[in-house]
This record gives sequence, structure tokens and C-alpha cells, in this order.
Amino acid sequence: MIGLAVQGILAKDIRTYYLKPPNVSWGLIFPFAWAGMFFVRSGTGLDSALALLPGVMAVSVLFGTTSLLSVTVTFEKKGRSFERLLLAPISLEMLMLAKTSGAILFGVANAFVPVLMAAFLVDLSGLDWAVLVPAVVLIAVSSTFLGLFIAVSVSEVFEAQTFSNFFRFPMLFLCGLFFPVEQLPVWLRPLSYVLPLTYGADLLHMSILGAGRFSPAIDFAVLAFFCAGLFALSLHNIRRKWIV
Amino acid sequence: MQEPIIEASGLTKRFGDVQAVAGVDFDVARGELFGFLGPNGAGKTTTINLLIGLARPDRGTIRIAGIDCSRNPKAAQHLLGVVPDESNLYPELTGFENLCFCGSLYGLGRRDREERSRALLDRFGLADAAGRKFSGYSKGMKRKLTIAAGIIHGPQILFLDEPTTGIDVASARQIRQLLAELNADGTTVFLTTHYIEEAERLCGRIAFIVGGRIVRIDDVRTLMQLAEGRHGVQVALAAGAAEMCPQIEAQFPDLECRAVSGDAIRIESPVPIQVGPLVRLLEDRGAEVYEARRISPSLEDVFVRITGIALDEMKRDKEKKMSKLNGGSPS
Repeated sequence: MIGLAVQGILAKDIRTYYLKPPNVSWGLIFPFAWAGMFFVRSGTGLDSALALLPGVMAVSVLFGTTSLLSVTVTFEKKGRSFERLLLAPISLEMLMLAKTSGAILFGVANAFVPVLMAAFLVDLSGLDWAVLVPAVVLIAVSSTFLGLFIAVSVSEVFEAQTFSNFFRFPMLFLCGLFFPVEQLPVWLRPLSYVLPLTYGADLLHMSILGAGRFSPAIDFAVLAFFCAGLFALSLHNIRRKWIV
Repeated sequence: MQEPIIEASGLTKRFGDVQAVAGVDFDVARGELFGFLGPNGAGKTTTINLLIGLARPDRGTIRIAGIDCSRNPKAAQHLLGVVPDESNLYPELTGFENLCFCGSLYGLGRRDREERSRALLDRFGLADAAGRKFSGYSKGMKRKLTIAAGIIHGPQILFLDEPTTGIDVASARQIRQLLAELNADGTTVFLTTHYIEEAERLCGRIAFIVGGRIVRIDDVRTLMQLAEGRHGVQVALAAGAAEMCPQIEAQFPDLECRAVSGDAIRIESPVPIQVGPLVRLLEDRGAEVYEARRISPSLEDVFVRITGIALDEMKRDKEKKMSKLNGGSPS
């Protein structure tokens, strides 16, 4: 019974939101635009494509998941169709996992768009897929749960977007996506270490460029901790704010 | 009374400074069509939310079909169907897809939910619109599909919050007919409405709730006995109905007078009312009388007597609320 409900929610969300042409085109154009911007800025040739890949992948996942999840959940909450889900005879944990699974899949798919693009430009044979794939999944999960946390914290759709940016834009510069954390002013560095994307980006650098700051075990453990923490916090807020 | 399927005892809920529900007790029997009536802000929706698990009581217990839901509201949700006061299906999905999706939430397999969806679309007269997006439905169609979504899984209890508010007469009539049929088929129906005549026609028992407290709960026949032996006259005036009431009551101490919708006054008395002297008094005081007619006291009069709330006020509040929800201006 629970399986059918979860499947139903996932299928509905994929069809209603994630496979909509504007969102598919977002998933394609967004990484392309970011990569193009950094090519132009760096002035280097195709050699820099591999160096840009971890950052572009992380940004694609972060923006894709947080935007869509926070907006769709806020939209459904506002239109009261979310009540329909809350009334379904499945636990809140399962319900929210079902609700977020579409965004997680969307984020993972977004992450591999720049990899596909890069495959035509540079040699990807040196990539450590055993680290890359789980890293992408964990980045997608943590970003999606960040989107859920945002959705539960706001009441209007436009607030979801602005509040998302409050987290996302600092993360672009603080998480070592396009330049190392070591290049940040000393007083800003502690902030980097409390952001999940720092550890995700570290794993991507490790799996693509062969060099990371922490050991993969630490990165995976911290990312998993952030995922569990954000999910638990979001559920707590849903119980407190939506089932009053 | 038959075995109770809903048991609410000492239900209390406060939102900040507002005591939304203040110690509500009632039982609903299996197979009953139970009406829950009260003005806006009386605690109807909060009580429903407590019963269906969208809100947690501060105090009190809820048992649904013998299952204690006070601490675990999910325990009995598979037995419930809910039709909220606003149609809350997915605008991007078609009518058929919406019903199938709602079926999946209750664990119905693909074939089962598709068969049920088709049968319900047929029953609610929506078969021709099955492939159209919900956003393109009229208000009446939306309401019917929302009710269909509430019963796709064959719930034992159906909660309906104002099911006929803001829709056309034909759709409202069809919905009332469907509710009566569902109830006849054995579904327990818990209905809130501000249309007293609707409750009078459909419900077996009615609870009146005001200020978060149930002020009266009884079967319709017993409630109607409160109106027996009462006499009524309704007078339509060109203007100034509200100013005339004190003058009537001063002249005829046996009569109780109140202004009702438009510029009409309603006069009640335990003794027969002489219409002639009444009309003459009104004309002497400068009122232009359009019509004066005897009326049989109804459940509406009982409601007004018990709650002290003018029904027109309640309807106006509701219409204002619905209009605000629909983004229009109150008519």
C-alpha cells in the first residue's frame, strides 16, 4: 500500500513538474550557461573544461533541486493540495521521501548534463565513477532537503525563491566550487565548513581531478549527516507548522 | 443510537489567544448523516481538522471506529474521506488523472483505481470531462470531482466542509442527491454547512456549534419540535427594516422581531399573529409594505433561537469568505 502511494506521488510529480518543457530546458541551459560564463571569464581553452566540471555539476544540482522542490511544495501548500497528501494513510517520513524523490532524481539528471557536454570536449576516462555517482546522489539529496527546509519555512511561492537564494548564492563562493576554500579570507572559512556543498564539491574534485581536501569517508559522512539533519528538521517543522 | 464510529470527548484547541474549540463532546453513529452547523469562526473547520488528523487537540480524545487517534492521527486515516471547503485537486492533471492519483494515495492498484475513477466520473456526470484538466472545470464540476476524490477509496466516513457553497443550483442539487445515496449505501457522512435547509433535508442529527462549544445536539425531528407552537410572519418593506423592529416590539410585547435579508422583517410569537394591525402599524410609521405573509417556523428559526445568531449574517460572512478565496469582490 505504501509502495503504491510513494510510486503515485513520484510519478505525479515527475509528470507534473520535472518533465515539463521549461524545467527540462532549465536542466540543459543552466549548466551550459555556467560553463560558458567560466570559459569566457578564465580565458583558457578546452583544457579548463575538466577543472570547471565539479563546480558546474554542483551548481546544476543545487539550483535545480532547491528551486523546484521549494517552489512546488509551497505551491501545493498554498493551493491546499498538499493537505491531500497529509491525509494519506502513510507516515510523514514516507510521504516526504516520496515528495522529495522526484527532485532528487531531477538533481542527479541535472548533474550529468555537464558531464555529457564535457564528454564531447575532454577525455573523461580518468573519472572515479565509484566516488562521483554516490557524491552526486548525496549532493542531490542534501540540496533537495535544503529545498524542503526552505519550503516549510515560507508561505508564499516568491518567498521560496528569495529564501533559496539566501542559501544558494553564498554557497557558490563559499563551498570551493570554482576556487579553493583556502583562497577565501580566513574569517570566512569556518562558514564553508558548515555548508554541505563544501563536502560534496570536495568529493567531485576528488573524483574528477583526483585531488580533495578531506578523505572521502569524512566527506560522505558529513554529507549524510547534513541529509539526515535537514530531513529531521524539515519533518519537525512540518509537524509544528502544518499539523498544528 | 447505533455503535458510534466517531467519538469526540473533551476536545479543546487554542490558537494563541483564540479558543477555537472549547471542550467539544459528541458521538456520530455508524451510517449516520450528521450535520455540524455554526457561524464562521465557530470552530467547525478546526473540529474537522482535529478529527481527520490535520490538527492536534490540546486536550481531549478522538476515537474513529474504535481506534484512538488522539496521539496517532494516521491510525484511522485509511477509513476517512475528506472533502474540504475549497476544491484542492491538482490543476495540471485531468479529472481522470486526479482520481487515479488520489486512489494511489490509498494503495489502490492501477486497474482498481482506473476502474473506480471511470465509475465515479460516470456517476458524477463528469465522464465527458474526464480528459480535461481540472483547472478548466467549472466550480460545480470541481466540487463534484473533489467529492469523487474523497470517496475513491471507499471510506467508511466522509467529511464534507461546505460542499455546496458557491456553486450553481443544479450542481448543488446533484451533490445533495449523491450525498443521500452515499449515506444510503452505508457511508457515515459528517457535513458542515451554513445552508440550514440543506442540513434539515439531509441530516439525521445536527450539532450547533458557537464559540467553540456545542450549544445543542439533537435529531432533526426533536429540534423541529422546538419550532412547533410558534407562529411567524415575514414582511417585505421598501426600506428601513431594522428601525421598525423596536417599534413593533414596543407596540406588541408578545412579538419577537428581527430584520432579515434585504429589507424584510421576521416576526415570531407563541400566539397567533394578526397581520392587519401589524401592517397598519408599519404604514403609520412611514414604512412602505410590499408583502406580508405567514410562514411556518423552520429549522432556521430553531437555529436562530438556540444560537442567537442571525442566519443572514452567517450566510453573508460565508459568501464574503468564498468571494475572497475566489479572488472576487463580495456580492
